[in-house]
Amino acid sequence: MGEKFEPNIIGFLCNWCSYAGADLAGTSRIQYPPNLKVIRVMCSGRVNPIFVINALQQGADGVLIGGCHPGDCHYERGNYLARRRMAVLKKLLEYTGIDPNRVRMTWVSAAEGVKFAEVVKEVTEDIRKLGPMQHFKRENKW
Amino acid sequence: MKIGIYVCQCGINIAHTVDTERVVELVKNLPNVEVARDYKYMCSDPGQELIKKDIKELKLDRVIVASCSPRMHEPTFRKVLEESGLNPYFFEMVNLREQCSWVHEDKEQATLKAVGLIEGAVARATFLEPLEKKEVSVIPKALVVGGGIAGIQAALEIAEKGFKVYLVERSPSIGGRMAQLDKTFPTLDCSACILTPKMVDAASHPNIELLTYSEIESVDGYIGNFKVKIRKKPRYVNEDICVGCGACAEACRLHERVLSEFDMNLGKRSAIYVPFPQAVPLRYTIDPTKCIYLKTGKCGDHPLCMEACDREAIDFNQKEEIIDIEVGTIVVATGYDLFDAKLKPEYGYGKFENVITGLEFERLVSASGPTSGHIEINGKEPKKVVFIQCVGSRDKETNEYCSRVCCMYTAKQAHMVKEKIPSSELIIYYTDVRAFGKGFEEFYNRVQGEGVTYRRRELNDPIQINKIGEKVVVKAEGHPDVEADLVVLATAIVPRIDSKDLVRVLNINQSADGFMLEAHPKLRPVDTFTDGIYLAGCCQGPKDIPDAVAQASGAAVRASEPLAAGKVLVEAISANIDDDLCSGCRICEDLCAYSALEFDEKDKIMRVNDVMCKGCGSCASACPTGAISMRHFDIKQILAQIRGLAK
Repeated sequence: MGEKFEPNIIGFLCNWCSYAGADLAGTSRIQYPPNLKVIRVMCSGRVNPIFVINALQQGADGVLIGGCHPGDCHYERGNYLARRRMAVLKKLLEYTGIDPNRVRMTWVSAAEGVKFAEVVKEVTEDIRKLGPMQHFKRENKW
Repeated sequence: MKIGIYVCQCGINIAHTVDTERVVELVKNLPNVEVARDYKYMCSDPGQELIKKDIKELKLDRVIVASCSPRMHEPTFRKVLEESGLNPYFFEMVNLREQCSWVHEDKEQATLKAVGLIEGAVARATFLEPLEKKEVSVIPKALVVGGGIAGIQAALEIAEKGFKVYLVERSPSIGGRMAQLDKTFPTLDCSACILTPKMVDAASHPNIELLTYSEIESVDGYIGNFKVKIRKKPRYVNEDICVGCGACAEACRLHERVLSEFDMNLGKRSAIYVPFPQAVPLRYTIDPTKCIYLKTGKCGDHPLCMEACDREAIDFNQKEEIIDIEVGTIVVATGYDLFDAKLKPEYGYGKFENVITGLEFERLVSASGPTSGHIEINGKEPKKVVFIQCVGSRDKETNEYCSRVCCMYTAKQAHMVKEKIPSSELIIYYTDVRAFGKGFEEFYNRVQGEGVTYRRRELNDPIQINKIGEKVVVKAEGHPDVEADLVVLATAIVPRIDSKDLVRVLNINQSADGFMLEAHPKLRPVDTFTDGIYLAGCCQGPKDIPDAVAQASGAAVRASEPLAAGKVLVEAISANIDDDLCSGCRICEDLCAYSALEFDEKDKIMRVNDVMCKGCGSCASACPTGAISMRHFDIKQILAQIRGLAK
């Protein structure tokens, strides 16, 4: 705990913008904390709120969802759907006593390697401050 | 189930921060893992052979490669599985390079993250299912957007390969920027002399259909089957009847009273016009923002152009048309805009008529330009001319990139001044002369030998231009002031101001500088991330004419490949509905941006149209009964991966 706590953060990044932005951070060798582990999805619209809840239940301390900028979605409007779902989910998390700041949605384009690294730094620090996730932990039966 | 894990060292790209040997030790005992190895280059021939051998000998049925981004080599390794008789979708890739070794410095942390990522992949691999790629037929036609030299070249080459090409240009004539240039560096070819024959070739080619004064309205579909709507603006002149005689322009009440965009507003035209005399097609167009009749509903007693046109080609009732076309592939060649020098007020552009841009100079020096090639400012021949390079280029406040052509066109323009006004005194303020191309250095040396003074200025050294009488005085740090008659600014090449709109319509990406993004800067320089759409010319980044033409040829080849094959394989990732679970609530129906979900009135459940579905998964995330599963991104696969990662 305290300063030694290294949060485990799961990221859902859309293939076309955020994942490409993360790749660009790599090819540009921009450093960021190793706390984020990424799951690639085709669109942020694929991120079912269950994924987020499940990640928190399975032991992740925070979740980052990255989509294309508003208006730039590769599938026209999947990122808008994701945004609405996450807004509703955050209310639910709050209701159940989980700090909604554990879940963050962001827009990163394929050209924004620097922004991606910045977002990861911010999220890591934010979750570090919130401490380990301890509510509702359970084993996944899958 | 037998999983094989292959950890790539990527030379030292991965191995210098991720201890691949230790990773192998830590993952080899994970459930279902039969074998784990590390190797220097997994993508190399021996690396691929290693996997093939294991698949055969150890009877692996799932393969995980932990190497670079799947956006780079996923197709490579899927092919390895395919060649070994395994379904290519039994492959999972872990991104250890772009998203681990290259972005972390701490070896311990990076190694443990690598292990975590592989644990996620192992968990997911268990639930992977075999999929078949869909084979779709290809409409053997192409669309080229933009009729500059790159677009013309691409269209001609695709047409030469035997395929129909629609060449769409939004201005009244093809030709683009190159038509505005006087001479081309470093060979001093007359730009029009080498361009206009190509314009004519494009217009007369039996396989090319020219759609000028037209813009792309919308693009739907996918590689092989794009449905494109083109908005053809009204010329108010019947293209089939007009022969381009020009009698209408002579008669126009605004004759020689409307600023000519082609001449960079230095020359005049009529409200009915062709942009330049060699325009293709040579058909007149009425400018609706200027024409008195179109603006007010009347033009004196009657429009004089109508009276002048004995072929009765003028038709004020012409309406905008939407043309639907279907094509297999698209080449984007929309070119560039020029940096607005007014954004750098210290140069006085827009305030002092002595200060002009490089492209304005091109019109001034061109024999077909407003002064018939006579260099003059305020009606007088300049005696002292100053050129300033890097205006809006290599400048953190405006554009950080180098525009690549300014050093050479400035040298060329200096040469042109010397040729036309031998007694003139010329000074060029440069930052670094970048003479990298074939014949460039030789040309630069030649111009220096012609008595042109090159004065170096550091990038951040300010230059201030003030008016003194009829002249301007150029103050540059570390150099004596110069009183000049004419100052020519080498303004940057910038992305088209509205390229954002086209990028959205086409569903492609822009890079940070605003130019269109290629799929890989080195290995796929003409592809975009959207299959079937390719880039040519300056829309992808500043380049000179030979580079634009070379890229256009490359894009033409890439765009012709699917047309020649007649069929393409498209991603098998799509939605699937479990009939038993679907309650027919129709929540998903409105979420689909592609109308791929339809309600089956008979069975009262939803059905997926496989060809229309693009696999985004928005529907699956909303289905309350979990009836919709996403192929390759199914909830079971993702929850398993979460479990692997969250530990």
